Amino acid sequence: MPAACGRDSSSGGGGGGGGSASADPGITKTSIKLGGSYPFSGPASAYGTIGEGAKAYFKFLNAKGGVNGRKIDFMTLDDGYEPPKALQNARRLVQQEKVFAMFNTLGTPNNLAIWDFLNQQKVPQLYVATGASAFGADIKSHPYTIGWQPNYVTEAKVYADYLKKAKPTAKVAVLYQNDGFGKDLLGGFTEGIAGSGIKIVKKETYNVTDPTVAAQVGRLARSGADTFLNITTPKFSAQAIAAVAKSGWKPLHILNNVGADKNLVLKPVGLQNAKGIVSTAYFKDPQDARWKDDAAVKEYRDALKQYSPKSDPEDAFNMYGWTVAATMAKALEQMKKPTRAALMDAVRNMSLEQGTLLPGNKVETSPTDGYPLEGMQITKFDGQNWKLQGSLIEAKAQ
Amino acid sequence: MSLMTVERDSARHKQLRLAGLAALALVAVAIPFFFGPYRVSQFTLVLIYAVAVLGLNLLVGYSGQISLGHGAFFCLGAYTGAILLDKTSIPHLLTVPAAALVCFVAGLALGLPALRLRGLYLALVTLAIAIATPVLIKRFDGLTGGSQGITIAQPKAPSSLGLADDQFLYFLSLVVAVPLFWLASGIVRRNVGRALIAMRDDETAARTMGVNLATFKTRAFGLSAAYAGVAGSLFTFANGFVAPESFTLTVSFAFLAAIVVGGLATVAGALFGALFIVFVPVWSSDVDEALSGVIYGATLIACMYVFRGGIMGLLRAAWSRVVEVQGSIKGRNQDEVAEVAVAGADQRAGAGAGGVRS
Repeated sequence: MPAACGRDSSSGGGGGGGGSASADPGITKTSIKLGGSYPFSGPASAYGTIGEGAKAYFKFLNAKGGVNGRKIDFMTLDDGYEPPKALQNARRLVQQEKVFAMFNTLGTPNNLAIWDFLNQQKVPQLYVATGASAFGADIKSHPYTIGWQPNYVTEAKVYADYLKKAKPTAKVAVLYQNDGFGKDLLGGFTEGIAGSGIKIVKKETYNVTDPTVAAQVGRLARSGADTFLNITTPKFSAQAIAAVAKSGWKPLHILNNVGADKNLVLKPVGLQNAKGIVSTAYFKDPQDARWKDDAAVKEYRDALKQYSPKSDPEDAFNMYGWTVAATMAKALEQMKKPTRAALMDAVRNMSLEQGTLLPGNKVETSPTDGYPLEGMQITKFDGQNWKLQGSLIEAKAQ
Repeated sequence: MSLMTVERDSARHKQLRLAGLAALALVAVAIPFFFGPYRVSQFTLVLIYAVAVLGLNLLVGYSGQISLGHGAFFCLGAYTGAILLDKTSIPHLLTVPAAALVCFVAGLALGLPALRLRGLYLALVTLAIAIATPVLIKRFDGLTGGSQGITIAQPKAPSSLGLADDQFLYFLSLVVAVPLFWLASGIVRRNVGRALIAMRDDETAARTMGVNLATFKTRAFGLSAAYAGVAGSLFTFANGFVAPESFTLTVSFAFLAAIVVGGLATVAGALFGALFIVFVPVWSSDVDEALSGVIYGATLIACMYVFRGGIMGLLRAAWSRVVEVQGSIKGRNQDEVAEVAVAGADQRAGAGAGGVRS
């Protein structure tokens, strides 16, 4: 940029130069500034809690001295789940607030809206809160972007794997949301059952804007399938469970992780109707009695009470935010130089066990593996709680 | 009493107006050099929204037809631009007239029900269109990319200009916006503008005076939609990405809020309205994240109370204390038309729900 513009040249936020010892924007000897954009308002505001869980972790960590002497300042902005607002937020956080990295911005469209900008600016876009496989598929064109949670393709393969053992000749009826999320899961499942005795006998779709999925479930119930793969977001998960209960259809019901929240989905339709539903988990569910005396979960509960007293520790979204923030802190700890490029090096070469992940589950990346978490465990609802089944299943997206 | 008095259309009066315009131009050109990239991107958004708001004001403020669905035209313009850039290799700037054309035709089509529907009924039709738009985008996912949206390459600053990309985008928007403002101020000052206002104030009287209601109503819709379409195509440049979630009802309502805050039936008011809808939400969520919606709403209500006739009304009142313009008018002067317009708007607002005429 020419001097005539009257801009100071540090404003862009250039990437970390290879040999230079100087720090990138947003990081000093005593502080690291991170930015995130969440839907604190609008239709998806239930997810805003994730940001609170993450903040609680950083406060907890700062009280213990931070990361290598640096305190983490996590600045969040509200985007109301609108992509253009997320982009404005990213611009503000990078160009005005000069954050060192973006962390855990929520939602597939919102992350798609900002990933070109962030990669142009060479600002890390870390551990995005979406399971869309796109964010780990193309490291070359978006080297500064990475997801965190098991992506939807991985999740679907875990279901396929489970079915192959539990019901090798299953006839499956699928309900899926007509968008990238639904197609990611359906695609992964189809790939996963290829060559086995499992067949998809009927598929139905719905749009997020549809009022109900009762008619679709009715058609699936009459299809003669003995297994129901329910790929839905919370509101529709609840509707589908209710419709299955009403129809008298008794399939093996597989419900995707997104819709498997006990308080948000199962309680409203009646816990007895959810008995026997199969889903997946990858971190410790704070509602699961099994973890009552678990040290890591206890630490989470105590810290949340202290640093985010308004948050409900039972809410699994808080646990999600807490756990992903712990991964972030570890990446910052393993960073060799205070530069964005060095942070990406750390992020792309990780092997990490965390207390609040399911036992045996690991955050694992390599320069060619852009999917940090790929282990999930089957859970079954016993009428009161989700109960973990068997052991962790690893499934690679690619 | 005012500080000075000038004769209308005297050399002095013209000089004053010219000086005002020159000052505005200077500020507009200086902005990208005085602010950082984030602020510049906000001002780019202001320019883009101002174009859409101006279009809506032509329709609502001047012709008196209510549209709650201008976000749909904005969306259509944005998608027209994005699809063209995605599927063909046409230069960025050509998508602007293309979006204008598509939206003009769509606006004309929507103008047809407007011939039979008035007031709230028309408002509901337009609202339904705004609600349906994101759903339709998801249905035609072969073309629109469905809920994944479309990513396009943003226009790059030619290196010969020595501008950063954000500065270039700002000037690009400015270069498109200025002629549109000039055009609108020309339209409202001449016969067409007067016909629109007459139609708004009393349809029967307007018809008696020879105003062809059908023509003017549909054209007002078409023109207004074309403005929104241009703004939409610029919005695509500024974001480099379109998705159905980008065009929720809040967009339509923000435009509506902007014309009222800026000043109904004013041309320059669109600029103030756009400043409002870009900066106030950001400011209100800085004050308190949880209460940002409440603060934004309260500010909006406060603006209604404090600035009757919008920010332009306030500025006019302040200006008249500084300079008094005297003398008769050759033709009709823009200010006066606008004053009549504001008075008319107040009157209609006073009519309340009974404003739906039989």
